[in-house]
Amino acid sequence: MSTIQETAAEAHPANIDVPSKKNMGLGRTASWAMLIVLALLPLFVRNFVIFQMTMLLIYAIAVLALNILTGGSGQFSLGQSAFYAIGAYTAAILIEHGGVNYVLTLPAAGIICFAVGFLFGFPALRLSGIYLALATFALAVAMPQLLKLGVIEHWTGGVQGLVVTKPDAPFGLPMSQDMWLYYFTLVVSLAIYIASVNLLRSRSGRAMMAIRDNEIAAAAMGVDLSIYKTLAFGVSAGITGVAGALGAIAVQFVAPDSYTFQLAIALFLGMVVGGVGWLPGSLAGAAFIVFVPNIAEGISKGLSGAFFGVLLFVVIYLVPHGARQGAIYAETLFNKLKRS
Amino acid sequence: MELFINQVLAGISTGAIYACMALAIVMIFQAIDHLNFAQGEMAMFATFIAWQLMQWGVPYWWAFLLTLAISFAGGVIIERLLFKPLAKAPILTNVAGFIALFAIINSVAGLIWDFTIKQFPTPFGSSPFLGSQLISTHQAGMIGVTLALLIALFLFFRFTRIGLAMRAAAAMPESARLVGINTGWMVALGWGMASAIGAIAGILIAPVVFLEPNMMGGVLIYGFAAAVLGGLTSPLGSVIGGFLVGIFENLVGTYIPGVGNELKLPIALALIVIVLVVKPTGLMGHTVVKRV
Repeated sequence: MSTIQETAAEAHPANIDVPSKKNMGLGRTASWAMLIVLALLPLFVRNFVIFQMTMLLIYAIAVLALNILTGGSGQFSLGQSAFYAIGAYTAAILIEHGGVNYVLTLPAAGIICFAVGFLFGFPALRLSGIYLALATFALAVAMPQLLKLGVIEHWTGGVQGLVVTKPDAPFGLPMSQDMWLYYFTLVVSLAIYIASVNLLRSRSGRAMMAIRDNEIAAAAMGVDLSIYKTLAFGVSAGITGVAGALGAIAVQFVAPDSYTFQLAIALFLGMVVGGVGWLPGSLAGAAFIVFVPNIAEGISKGLSGAFFGVLLFVVIYLVPHGARQGAIYAETLFNKLKRS
Repeated sequence: MELFINQVLAGISTGAIYACMALAIVMIFQAIDHLNFAQGEMAMFATFIAWQLMQWGVPYWWAFLLTLAISFAGGVIIERLLFKPLAKAPILTNVAGFIALFAIINSVAGLIWDFTIKQFPTPFGSSPFLGSQLISTHQAGMIGVTLALLIALFLFFRFTRIGLAMRAAAAMPESARLVGINTGWMVALGWGMASAIGAIAGILIAPVVFLEPNMMGGVLIYGFAAAVLGGLTSPLGSVIGGFLVGIFENLVGTYIPGVGNELKLPIALALIVIVLVVKPTGLMGHTVVKRV
């Protein structure tokens, strides 16, 4: 209401609150242990569990993308489901209408989503915090209707959506389709994870984090705000698009109503649970959004929304840094044990 | 020409609902500087309460008043329990809180009343208003109730001590506290009023969009569009924005071919983005100057 804010620090708290820790990754031992578990586990479980683990990795990529945007550059997006949908549709249309190999659809989805995200990011230059959340919220809500548009129905299949054929394992490898897709997804997510950690460690990453911590100070030090903010938005959208493409291949089906605002809520929740600004937490967040709804639906149908909501409140009140807090706690415990 | 007048009047009547939603959003935004993404779901829940009361045999207007009272209390309780502790938290935490509230209310409404579409009664009937074919009595009723509400709110904020205190608490919390205003409770009061205004919007629009847990999704987006168009810092602007957006929506839907029901939400999205890019302060808002 007033044109004079009493104290900026009090009236306008920082966008996000990230505990200071130089490294955005995970310790070396823990990383290798995690990778070995992820690589070996599918050999011992049923096909359906392998499918669930594939979805886990896919959501982890999407959560990671949001984490780069929010944890990295301090901007919000409630519209990640829209980019996920664009990626999924890109892959589905290329495979079904264009006959393109599924491997090639991933970079295509990534590039298209990067472009869309970059363009949508232009308004983001002028929007801060809450306004960006608002614009992306509207994008997420409007997306299913956009996909149902009559003009592009020939390509998108309208309300019915598209069925995508599942790829076989190449070179005659003795693997089920699910297992092949799992390892394929694992390689893609590993590549994206390593690239993201390096991105945030690079000059660009430091510039983004400077913007996150204090926009005005960053600008004063010569960081080009508009470039880096749009870039963060584009990269995040691009990675989400790759996740969406993988999701379309894994689920073998795309339809407008699979990409509603509920998906955006889930991804947002995954980021908060995993710990904002801590990339390995994306895996924990993804595990949360894949497995918790199953448990909740087991108790009562339609309960998962309420369950998500209540847990989100629990997390922001009790463990505001999400899984990262748990990891830091475990690390100190481990070090203590080693010393004694 | 008749079609044009018809569409403008229809636009004004839905615009009345958007104006209510926008007003509710702006009231909370003024009080705590955050957008309530759960505003639509709160209104939906209130509408379900009204429906339930009527199913139990409570007459329409009593159910209406009771629902307003319940929503008011609900808004105050939500603020006290869930959002007061977050007052100093980063924006992200607050957004997460609103998203959580959204998910909880939507899911709980589905659990209690399930997702089937329900008819909602209107006290105004749907016959032509004053014998003219231009507008139905329910549409006229929507406009009438909204105007009455706006006048009441104007009088409240302009001429009562509590209204003045609420304005002071929103404008300059520190100084308001120094002169003895309990700013914390003023925020809670703002939440209660916003929740009750949302309930009115929900009850009025329910006969048009039918009652179900996702009924307010589109209305909320249009409410946001109205609030942004009018300026998030101006209650009067948000109301005018609401009417403008309603008229705009109807005219675009009538005169531009290919834009039917299926493009309603993308239009609202485009409107929000365009206003935020071209004139972020909206029609009647003012720039907030920050001291660093």
